[in-house]
Amino acid sequence: MSSAAVHPFTVEPDPAVALTRPPVVVVDPVAVRRQRRRRLLVNVIRLLVLGVTLGGWELGVRTGHIDAFFVGQPSGVASQLKTWAQHGTEVGPLWTQVRVTLQEALTGFAIGVVAGIVAGITLGRVRLLAEVFGPFIKVLNSIPRIVLGSIFILWFGLGPSSKVALAVVLVFFAVFFNAFQGTREVDRNLVANARILGAKRRHVTMQVVLPSALTWIIASLHVSFGFALIGAIVGEFLGAQQGLGLLISHSQGTFNPNGVLAAMVIIAVVALLAEGAISLLERRLLSWRPPQLSGADL
Amino acid sequence: MDAIDLDGVTKAFRTPHGTYTALHDLNLSVPASEFCAIVGPTGCGKSTTLSLVSGLERPSVGHVRVGGQPVDGISSEVGFVFQNDAVLPWKTVLDNVSAGPRWRGASKREAVQQARDWLLRVGLAGFEDRHPHQLSGGMRKRVALAQSLINEPRVLLMDEPFSALDVQTRSIMSNELLRLWDLTKPTVLFVTHDLEEAIALADRVVVMTAGPATVKDIFTIDLPRPRSVQEIRFTPQFVELYHEIWQSLRSEVELTYTRSMTALEVV
Repeated sequence: MSSAAVHPFTVEPDPAVALTRPPVVVVDPVAVRRQRRRRLLVNVIRLLVLGVTLGGWELGVRTGHIDAFFVGQPSGVASQLKTWAQHGTEVGPLWTQVRVTLQEALTGFAIGVVAGIVAGITLGRVRLLAEVFGPFIKVLNSIPRIVLGSIFILWFGLGPSSKVALAVVLVFFAVFFNAFQGTREVDRNLVANARILGAKRRHVTMQVVLPSALTWIIASLHVSFGFALIGAIVGEFLGAQQGLGLLISHSQGTFNPNGVLAAMVIIAVVALLAEGAISLLERRLLSWRPPQLSGADL
Repeated sequence: MDAIDLDGVTKAFRTPHGTYTALHDLNLSVPASEFCAIVGPTGCGKSTTLSLVSGLERPSVGHVRVGGQPVDGISSEVGFVFQNDAVLPWKTVLDNVSAGPRWRGASKREAVQQARDWLLRVGLAGFEDRHPHQLSGGMRKRVALAQSLINEPRVLLMDEPFSALDVQTRSIMSNELLRLWDLTKPTVLFVTHDLEEAIALADRVVVMTAGPATVKDIFTIDLPRPRSVQEIRFTPQFVELYHEIWQSLRSEVELTYTRSMTALEVV
């Protein structure tokens, strides 16, 4: 391009050119009001469902139709949480238990995700490795991985590392298979185009394959954080000095259903917060996708 | 010296049902800066020809040369505009267009500067930060054109680039292509199944036989340039050329159609 002459061509009257003009927004007040009323209705019914379930349970216990010794009762769970928060639990302060379990789960999650992505993309890109390791991975995957927990306790002891290890193996396979599949499903046209434009192998991996596989990988993150929590808690069941899993097994041992349920409530809150964080991450990383394709609002 | 030279090229693919010969003894030379269109029945091996010239595929028999050099892997002299969208959906328009120079070792500033120039040329100034899904099909094609042309390829390969566009956008894009072609005058090999498009754009139209494909006829299009793709099809010369080339193409199209029908009966 020796001549610096620039030829600004006229743009065709293309529908998307309208992007440059302020969009015409039509607000239908009736539709807006109807939508708002509907949302209110849904929320009211949700509260009713919750109230009826918990209220019925509580009422059943108080009238003697349900045996609180076996199933606990909502008010008991609430007061158990209050006691734990104010006076600590039987195995130590409540906050410490939450922190220990969360730390194990997050560490296992991080290691498992990174290892899964690296292994998945490497095997997806290098055919020879995929052919060599394919059967081994299948065998490893077919083992119910929870049983590895016992081995990890023997190897790493009762401390957090055995729980982290269990979380890692659970997370790794979920992420690995998605990363592998995502790498294999990359649009061959995109790769051919990038190569002709001058992309080297590493450019193709980092700028074409990885972003393309990211849709698959992120889908697996939602499931795998749950797996990380399972790994940490089951690891604590099997033998631990601290953590929510220990708290649950301790409550179980002392015939305290309210304690088990209270720990479950805490875990549910943690899991929901993590799910929210992953959805935020998803929205950021996949912002290039057309809106109707990114994250369902469920 | 010819910009593109295909010499006795045969290309066979191995499929689960045995070997499939896409091209058989194909000879074609395209001089530098010529706009050459290839027409032929569907699935006859037109796209295979382009893959061989680009270096994405190798010939089973024969030689492919670009700029006198035998094609050995992907050449930096070549640009390719695909039939389907091949712009990266996760990169912005600016990043898509500057990707070529970046990958070829230009500094970021230089690449972005070039990309802005090319976006201006293709009429997309102001759309630098959009993602491809926010653009219409015609605009995505403009991005693809800028993305290829920014590398200033000596040879531009186009595989039915406008076939997914609606009729109006298509003729506008054809005019745009001719104007852009005039800027750097690369050698163009343009594959299409649309005879009107081929005649309106090209200096020469190559008719391919039903697969395995080889060159059947070559027609010189001596319509004056600059051309307006919308207007030129009403001139008597155009109609005459269309008639002449269609006579050659027709039997191949009919043969392909008959084959596909009998194949259906066998299945």
